[in-house]
Amino acid sequence: MDPKSLASTTAETRINKLGVKVFGVGTAGGAMLAQMAGDDFAGAMLVAVNTDAPASGPVAGVASIHLETKLLRGLGTGGDPERGRRLAEEHFQTLKDACAGVDVVFIVAGLGGGAGTGISPVLARAARESGALALAFMTLPFDCEGNRRQHVAREGVEQLQAAADGVICLPNQKVFKLMDESTTLVDTFRTTAQLLVEGARGVWRLLRYPGLIEIHLEELGALLRDCQGESCFAAVEAAGTTRARDALEKLLAHPLLNGGEAIQGADAVLVSVIGGPDLTMADMGRLMEQLNQQCPRAQVVMGAAVNEEFRDRLALTVIATRRHARDPLAGGKKKSATALLPEAEPPELDTQLIERKATFRSASRFVPPAPTLTPEQREQLLNKQGGGRARKNLPRMRQGNLPLDIVNRGRFDKTEPTVHKGEDLDVPTYIRRGVALN
Amino acid sequence: MFDSSSIIVGLEIGTSKVCAVVGEFDRDGAGLNIVGLGQARSRGVRKGEIVNAASAEEDVRQAIVEAEQMADVEIRSVYLGVTGGHIRGFNNRGVHPVVSADREISDDDVQDVVRNAKAINLPAENGVLHAIRQHFLVDGQDSITNPVGMLGAKLEVDVHVVHGHLNRLQNAIRVVKGMQLEVDEVVFNGLASSLALLTNEQKELGALVIDIGGGTTDYAVYAGGVIKHTGVLAVGGDHISNDLAYGLKVPLGRAEQLKLEHGAAEVGDALQGQVITLTSEIGLPLKAVNLGHLRRIMSLRLEEAFQLIGQDLEQAGLLDYLRAGVFLCGGGARVPEIAKLAERVLQMPVGVGKANSVSGLKSALDQPEFAAAIGLVKFGSFKSRKREGRPTLTQEIKGAISRLLSRG
Repeated sequence: MDPKSLASTTAETRINKLGVKVFGVGTAGGAMLAQMAGDDFAGAMLVAVNTDAPASGPVAGVASIHLETKLLRGLGTGGDPERGRRLAEEHFQTLKDACAGVDVVFIVAGLGGGAGTGISPVLARAARESGALALAFMTLPFDCEGNRRQHVAREGVEQLQAAADGVICLPNQKVFKLMDESTTLVDTFRTTAQLLVEGARGVWRLLRYPGLIEIHLEELGALLRDCQGESCFAAVEAAGTTRARDALEKLLAHPLLNGGEAIQGADAVLVSVIGGPDLTMADMGRLMEQLNQQCPRAQVVMGAAVNEEFRDRLALTVIATRRHARDPLAGGKKKSATALLPEAEPPELDTQLIERKATFRSASRFVPPAPTLTPEQREQLLNKQGGGRARKNLPRMRQGNLPLDIVNRGRFDKTEPTVHKGEDLDVPTYIRRGVALN
Repeated sequence: MFDSSSIIVGLEIGTSKVCAVVGEFDRDGAGLNIVGLGQARSRGVRKGEIVNAASAEEDVRQAIVEAEQMADVEIRSVYLGVTGGHIRGFNNRGVHPVVSADREISDDDVQDVVRNAKAINLPAENGVLHAIRQHFLVDGQDSITNPVGMLGAKLEVDVHVVHGHLNRLQNAIRVVKGMQLEVDEVVFNGLASSLALLTNEQKELGALVIDIGGGTTDYAVYAGGVIKHTGVLAVGGDHISNDLAYGLKVPLGRAEQLKLEHGAAEVGDALQGQVITLTSEIGLPLKAVNLGHLRRIMSLRLEEAFQLIGQDLEQAGLLDYLRAGVFLCGGGARVPEIAKLAERVLQMPVGVGKANSVSGLKSALDQPEFAAAIGLVKFGSFKSRKREGRPTLTQEIKGAISRLLSRG
């Protein structure tokens, strides 16, 4: 389909006064889109963006934008994100046109390859320039896919964070750990795609259904802007009379939330509840109370919506983000290195699954700024953290998470904290309000 | 040398500086003149409260000595300004039945009703700092300023009570007493600043005075000529420096310097991407600081402080009574564009106040940071005038003797 005509049709597909468009970039993105097309994504325009002809042919309900130039000779980007990026820059206007008149743009892709990694940041920029909120849902490659892809993916995340309003990453390795031995490769990839789609759907629902308690776009954007690839999300559904309790139980046991520990350590938690017209206040109250108990330190943003389709059902979407102090000098370009290390996650998850009761030290509100590392040092750190040896060294690695607010109270170290309505006013205002400095 | 009884000294032990102001009555005893000023950098105070008595005492001594030299007087007693997050203000009403046979309200009734109004339920460790009369009610009739001589069965009085943690207040008093100085009275800084800044007309119209100090922000509201509300927000200039030090990753001293040199209350659009290069003592560049970030951190902090004050006043229902507007003082009033920011947040005219209700040293009066100390002198002048109004013991004895003699 011609992208120009796409842009003109979006005006009619507005739901809840929001035009939502989902772009699947690259092969992985295309696969996820195919999954979405068969799913509960009515109302959102699905657009596949790719550089080579889709292997499985066109999917029903998915429009596609084919970026092509003579340089590629129909062979795609060949795993080179730089090529993907240049190609996207060349077709920037096309992408921008495709985003015109849309309020929210979801970008789903798998990072680590050429098209997804290269095009996504440019697409995010195009979306923002045309006035849409750009949210990126990315999978990060498996460890076994090799160092280069990891590196490429990492750079992609950095670029996306600079370009998009929100980036949510799902390290595939995390999912890998949850599979049993006999899971096939195809199934594994399908599961990761499924998980990502679920997360995207949760956010999409949040925006689509008219909220009783509405979460505004700005709120969502502000929450996600700081997440720095360390946000976790989970979407669960439950039905029946005890659905509130069931949903919560499912959520707290959700593998992507490290069995609820991600919520405990989060700085901000976004909760979206969607239920039928029979959703009771008592259910809501119980749910939120439980969740609030789980994350006493976090800023909880909550939205609720009612939809006829969800009669006797309850869908719960949670995005938990952990904030990172940014280096203001780097102007948001260079992120704290540890936040970008997807590999750092799996070993931790691993042991937490084995010894659930391991004392979990809630991270301080003040996360000390990560040391700025040279690429060589980062590589070294990566190698240390990856692989089986990391498990043995785990206690030593954990040491880095010790709360260090003593340093950060600065001048007011030994004074009584100035608490006003539960807020410690000695903490810089910009941190409490979550204002990103750039 | 002047007779030390005719001078009034205000001493403010602030978070960033200790400041002593010497005031003196005119020859005819009507006007008040500021004749001396002494100040020293404060080191023993955090958030308006003394944390290191030894260094605080040293600083107070330095300030007092400087003030003594400038005014050429010997200071024996001071009016001491206090602040701190523990200080609270609220309005209370006292009731007293008029028992005399003719139902005429006497002086004693007034004393009693004020005493009743002061008898309030405070935590054991807290004490009343001020109980300021607002107005009387006689049998429910409102807005009576002086009920003596009126007829009525029930006399009521509204007072504004400022109270604080006694031990913490005592800390400041002990520091002063430890230097062989008498403390005439302890005064809440916010009250003192408002005395220095506001004219009677402004008090009548309704005004808010915000004293943004180093460690605390004190505020006081006047409406209808009486004090309606006081409060302390334990957030001040120190917090801005601390925020900057944390946000820009510079040492605290450097943050303080950046705040003074480049700080402003509004961010401004033109700053996007501007960078300040910090240099070492020998002029080598050390670090680049983003000016936009600096301003944003600062602006957010100040905005929040004004918002909290605005919320407090809204709760007290006073926002609509401030027809004269808002007056800023304290070191924080020197921040460029702060009036603009306050106007934006509070939605009313805001200006930087000047201590124009006293005369004297121009250099002292023009500085917003001396408002509290000048207000203390003014407070003292009210008190000593009251004292002069009543005959002293010696005068009474003299009078009695002369009467005896004349009779004989």
